Amino acid sequence: MSVLVYTESEEGKFKKTAYEVASYARGIADMLGTTVTAVTINAEETSSLGAYGVNKVLHVKNEKLKQFSASAYASTLEMAAKQEDAKVVVLSSSANARYLAPLLAVALEAGYASNVVALPTSQEPFKVKRTAFTNKAFSHTEITTPVKIISLGKNAFGLKEAETEVQEEDFSPELPENAFNVAVQSVDKAKDKVSIADAEIVVSAGRGLKGPENWEMIEEMADILGAAMACSKPVSDLGWRPHGEHVGQTGKPVAANLYIAVGISGAIQHLAGINSSKTKLVINNDPEAPFFKAADYGIVGDAFEIIPRLNEKLKAFKEQNS
Amino acid sequence: MKILVCISHVPDTTSKINFTENDTQFDTNGVQFVINPNDEFGLTRAMWFKEKQNATIDIINVGGPETEPTLRKALAIGADSAIRINTPAVDGFQVAKELSHVIKNGNYDLIIAGRESIDYNGAMVPGMLASLIGANFVNTCIGLEVEGDTATAVREIDGGKETVTTSLPLVIGGQKGIVEESDLRIPNMRGIMMARKKPLNVVEPQGASAETKVESFDKPAPKGPTKMVDADNLDELIDLLHNEAKAI
Ligand SMILES: Cc1cc2nc3c(=O)[nH]c(=O)nc-3n(C[C@H](O)[C@H](O)[C@H](O)COP(=O)(O)OP(=O)(O)OC[C@H]3O[C@@H](n4cnc5c(N)ncnc54)[C@H](O)[C@@H]3O)c2cc1C
Repeated sequence: MSVLVYTESEEGKFKKTAYEVASYARGIADMLGTTVTAVTINAEETSSLGAYGVNKVLHVKNEKLKQFSASAYASTLEMAAKQEDAKVVVLSSSANARYLAPLLAVALEAGYASNVVALPTSQEPFKVKRTAFTNKAFSHTEITTPVKIISLGKNAFGLKEAETEVQEEDFSPELPENAFNVAVQSVDKAKDKVSIADAEIVVSAGRGLKGPENWEMIEEMADILGAAMACSKPVSDLGWRPHGEHVGQTGKPVAANLYIAVGISGAIQHLAGINSSKTKLVINNDPEAPFFKAADYGIVGDAFEIIPRLNEKLKAFKEQNS
Repeated sequence: MKILVCISHVPDTTSKINFTENDTQFDTNGVQFVINPNDEFGLTRAMWFKEKQNATIDIINVGGPETEPTLRKALAIGADSAIRINTPAVDGFQVAKELSHVIKNGNYDLIIAGRESIDYNGAMVPGMLASLIGANFVNTCIGLEVEGDTATAVREIDGGKETVTTSLPLVIGGQKGIVEESDLRIPNMRGIMMARKKPLNVVEPQGASAETKVESFDKPAPKGPTKMVDADNLDELIDLLHNEAKAI
């Protein structure tokens, strides 16, 4: 018996979420009195997982898995779960993890809960807390099957160090022919930019910026802070910014440490996507903007006047503190 | 091409979220229900295939009679016929299993579902359905073309997008981007009149089991007061962000 965790890597390096899901899996393993087995696919070094409570690593090295394939990855995890007699499988909330999780759930006949934000509140019955209604509420959900699959909400659990000795094993399961039926032709990824999913800080702006030509100062702020860029829905609908930056109920969720919203009114659909961010700073010229109610810090004023000044101060702050 | 669009019936996006019966049931009082936005984008893409490539569109929903106005709206937008599997939707697995029974007999080339529904946000029905019927699956789909037996899809990934090719039958989890917001259609009078005459077939469920069960709901704790900072005092803001919030 074990808790199985899928630790994601990119170009051989673990993503931060790999350590987060490992920490969470360790928490469950402690509750169940069992061990944590991590599955890594084409990761270069795996010993760093030992710092977060992983006991065993099943190391998959396979050129065919260089490009993500939901079906092939799900088959790999299915076989690992069977070999390890996994009772719980933990994944992150990345686009890829959430792509493969339902496939794995069918293969393992396992109940699946996504967007889980805390350790189970009870083992028998197995109950977890997850977000619902696009972060406007929580649902306490029981998973009733013998094998359970959990995808952990981003930034929901944090990193918990737990020094453990890691045992490594090569794992090369035989993949079914049809696992590669969906073939990746090209990937278009902004290399030097932080993605919303991975970002600690997200700088976002809305229709208050008046036009696509005014985003330079927002980009500059994101640059200074090492933040990802985001926007409200009308902004992407108008084509001022790419669709991938639109956050909210119909866009991306943001669970960052700091969310900065400039010239965004704070409509309920927008707020639904950013609720689980820790600190929210709102800059808006309308003191009645609903966003102020949801904010931790607010400044009433004209973005065009404030942002350039704020950028100068942030730059100076960064220089002093780096 | 025969297309099936899965339609989830969800509270309108501005709904206030409340619970009744000891926080175990969603309070539908005063709530307007709509086609799940991710499904509406998919339905609109299906209409494009209907108009440009002569596809036919069925829509399907797992739910009680209360979902029929939502299905009629999808018919008014232009779907040809509707199927309602007459049982409440309990969890994504149960919904996927119920759908798969009907779909296995339907010979669909393309099944369009939404990336997730905006009520329970399970993000599991499209993938589970694809697995259960043995179809290919592309999630978070923001672009789709079909030529003969081959589909080319664009998929949103963290920090970018990727283009994939695959073959039919195919299930996609669609979202905004598969069509633009401005392409969404508002049913006109003629569409609404025609929808009344289109078939809405009610089929009885197979009694598929759910694998998860909602015990109760609650809402995030109300947050503390907002600290307002004067626009002329940005040093104070930076100090608060650094020392108090530990955010920079
Ligand atoms: C089904 C559905 C789903 C939706 N999903 C989403 C979603 O996922 N995400 C989303 O964002 N929206 C969503 N919306 C839209 C949402 O209802 C709002 O229309 C949208 O969030 C408003 O965007 P905005 O705040 O940028 O623009 P506006 O509402 O135009 O607000 C602009 C703000 O900027 C301020 N401003 C103007 N000039 C300045 C200045 N010089 N300096 C500082 N502030 C200034 C104004 O005071 C105002 O508060 C959805 C709507 C529907 C119907």
